[in-house]
Amino acid sequence: MATATVTRQPLFSRPRSSHKGVWSWITTVDHKRIGVLYGFTAFAFFLIGGFEALLIRAQLARPNGHVLNANQYDQVFTMHGLTMIFLVVMPLSAAFFNYLIPLMIGARDVAFPRLNAFSYWVFLFGGLFLYSSFLLGGAPNGGWFGYAPLSVQKVTGSVPFAHNMDYYAIGLIILGIASTVSAVNLVVTIINMRAPGMSFFRMPVFIWMALVVQLLLVFALPIVTIALFLLLFDRILGTSFYIASNGGDPVLWQHLFWLFGHPEVYILVLPAMGIVSEILPTFSRKPLFGYPVVVLSGIAIGFMGFGVWAHHMFATGLGPVANSAFAVSTMFIAVPTGVKIFNWLATMWGGRLRFDPPMLFAIGFVTMFVIGGLSGVTHALVPHDYQQTDTYYVVAHFHYVLFGGAIFGLFGGIYYWWPKIYGRKLSGKLGKWHFWLMLIGFNVTFGPFHILGLQGMPRRIYTYAPGMGWDFWNMVSTVGSFMIAGSILVFIYNAWHSRKYGEIAGNDPWDARTIEWMTSSPPPEHNFDQIPVVHALDDFWHKKYVEDKGGKLVPVPAGGENGHSEQAPEHEAGEHGGGHGIHLPSPSYMPILAAVGLPLIGYGLIYGFYISIVGGLILLGGLYGWAFEPGTE
Amino acid sequence: MADQATVAAEVHQTSTGIENTKLGMWVFLGSECLLFGALISVFLLYRNHALGGARLHDVYDIPFTSVSSFVLLMSSLTMVLALAAIQRGDQHRLRTWLLATALLGMTFISGQIYEFTIFVHKGFTVHSSVAGASFYILTSFHGAHVTVGILMLLSLFGMSTRGLLPKERATAVEYIGLYWHFVDIVWIVIFTLVYLIPAPK
Repeated sequence: MATATVTRQPLFSRPRSSHKGVWSWITTVDHKRIGVLYGFTAFAFFLIGGFEALLIRAQLARPNGHVLNANQYDQVFTMHGLTMIFLVVMPLSAAFFNYLIPLMIGARDVAFPRLNAFSYWVFLFGGLFLYSSFLLGGAPNGGWFGYAPLSVQKVTGSVPFAHNMDYYAIGLIILGIASTVSAVNLVVTIINMRAPGMSFFRMPVFIWMALVVQLLLVFALPIVTIALFLLLFDRILGTSFYIASNGGDPVLWQHLFWLFGHPEVYILVLPAMGIVSEILPTFSRKPLFGYPVVVLSGIAIGFMGFGVWAHHMFATGLGPVANSAFAVSTMFIAVPTGVKIFNWLATMWGGRLRFDPPMLFAIGFVTMFVIGGLSGVTHALVPHDYQQTDTYYVVAHFHYVLFGGAIFGLFGGIYYWWPKIYGRKLSGKLGKWHFWLMLIGFNVTFGPFHILGLQGMPRRIYTYAPGMGWDFWNMVSTVGSFMIAGSILVFIYNAWHSRKYGEIAGNDPWDARTIEWMTSSPPPEHNFDQIPVVHALDDFWHKKYVEDKGGKLVPVPAGGENGHSEQAPEHEAGEHGGGHGIHLPSPSYMPILAAVGLPLIGYGLIYGFYISIVGGLILLGGLYGWAFEPGTE
Repeated sequence: MADQATVAAEVHQTSTGIENTKLGMWVFLGSECLLFGALISVFLLYRNHALGGARLHDVYDIPFTSVSSFVLLMSSLTMVLALAAIQRGDQHRLRTWLLATALLGMTFISGQIYEFTIFVHKGFTVHSSVAGASFYILTSFHGAHVTVGILMLLSLFGMSTRGLLPKERATAVEYIGLYWHFVDIVWIVIFTLVYLIPAPK
């Protein structure tokens, strides 16, 4: 772009493109590298959160346990919840979104590459901010949903001015900023950056679910941001939004939190549903049964997710009318979810199933999610909920949907797309060990929670007396949790082992259906040498196979498979040719610089305003540098 | 703000024909609607929770706030004129109208600060009751948004004086204008719901 203005000396120079070294990762704006960063960071937090879970199980294995005291236990279970939700499942989903959305819609990158890097760094610093609380006086200890007025109290044990829940409020605000920025970016990417011919109803289901999730984030996060600001003001400025004795209302927190919190449940599970909707057709060698219905169910879940929040509050005392209304809406939202289950079953029905690890995890997702979904429906019955609320029955329910659901789906995605990312497959044999150990360990851990809950064992107690009838099942559950830990070790070994010994994958190791498999594994920095032109749903499949007169699949003769037979009459490719000279955004220092400012602002709110001023100046400087650094050419 | 090159390239590339930055701004503003929606709901819930102390309706001065609201609304007009100027390539008028918009915004902020000091003198404070706290958090969130807008307008002004804002980058003015109009519209909603509609006893 030769215009008069370019002659001016740029204020800031941009780092040069390079592909090696720590610095290249710090300044990267490549969606694939950012996706990998998200993935590894989330997995590191998964190990930390898992370690916290083992501490909890060790403490509860026997009555009157002495592994943790009450105060430590509160911190550990709160951080376990916060970690698994905000630092594992959400960013692990974000890893898939970042890596796969541009590849699956046929784009070179996301709409705003630097904003993408900014989201990642804000997420990382937000997570570190939250965890720094362990070193600075104590981690959040009010449960992941931080109910007022407990969360407003400053006294913790013998500490008169504890900052535990300040870290909760500020940490979640920072993580919310990361997710909002990323959501805006990905919504624009999906709507605006699709390859020629990729109409909305030719998008893979994973992309549809990604779009719904991003829209849920865009509309749900601001609500909890306000709730957290009010909490912060109650704690720091001495207001009384949630303090009943001064005219405030603790139930306001519950409304605002769950108005975010229930869409959040779908934010956590819809990505896994999208992943499973890609894996099942590939390994059944059949198209997804009822594609439009699956997509519309996902959209319906997104909408209805905003209308069921009070089922978390049946025991709050909203009155019979509100409780009945939310009971009905909760039963309704099970319908689109159930529709999806039947679609997945029908996809497998009559297919030629291959039981590679991705397929096993996908089937694991469907079965475990059904169990979790059914116990969820039982909570829609208000009298039943009165009985079960705040018991281990609830804990069983949400672990079946979030671990049995989301985590199984995400592991399926890891096995499925690993060869695309690294060019080598993970070992199928070790993958099967991982799957079966995890499936059995999972059910041994969380299955007994149903029984414990029905026997009346409350959530969040740090220990219990002998003779309550809870001893046996708690011990069983603890054994199961160590089986899960073992299965994760198998996975880590598998990943490490595959670096050298993994089977070389090639472009399309699974005989898959969607266009990300058309490019090389790992994909080049510009993703596609030539942007594909899409003619159908499951476009890649149709490039590889046609049906003969009897309805049998016949491979398209040579030339079809690599997708080069049909390419866009691409002016861009024509100019540059073969992927060389395709303009990609240059790396940038500014996203990480701006992101550093946010946790500093947070520390300032706790420890003294001058730190906030420094943080604010860094943020502002980063953003100005961002706006004025030279363009990509 | 997108780079010059990407701005030019985007126009041809997007699936919908809407530029990425514009669509991104709209999505972001959609998110902001819920931010202000939550704050306004909190205020409406708490406006009578005054614990016997002052309520907003005991202290406010409708004529004064009407004038400052009018000032903010006029800034939307000057914003439109600034966009028209850059689209014509008229840098001089662009700078005039950008500065006018920023000054009108600053006038509004000054009015808000003045109004707050009066309220505090009359005993309506952050600490007097949740009614006060929810009023101040709502209006100061809005004020912070106006302040960010003023910073962006002054940045545009600075870019223009240094020759960094040619006609081809008119979209930068357009998108910051979108944000500015949004903040104005939010104020109309706040002014109507918070000031004009009387609180039920």
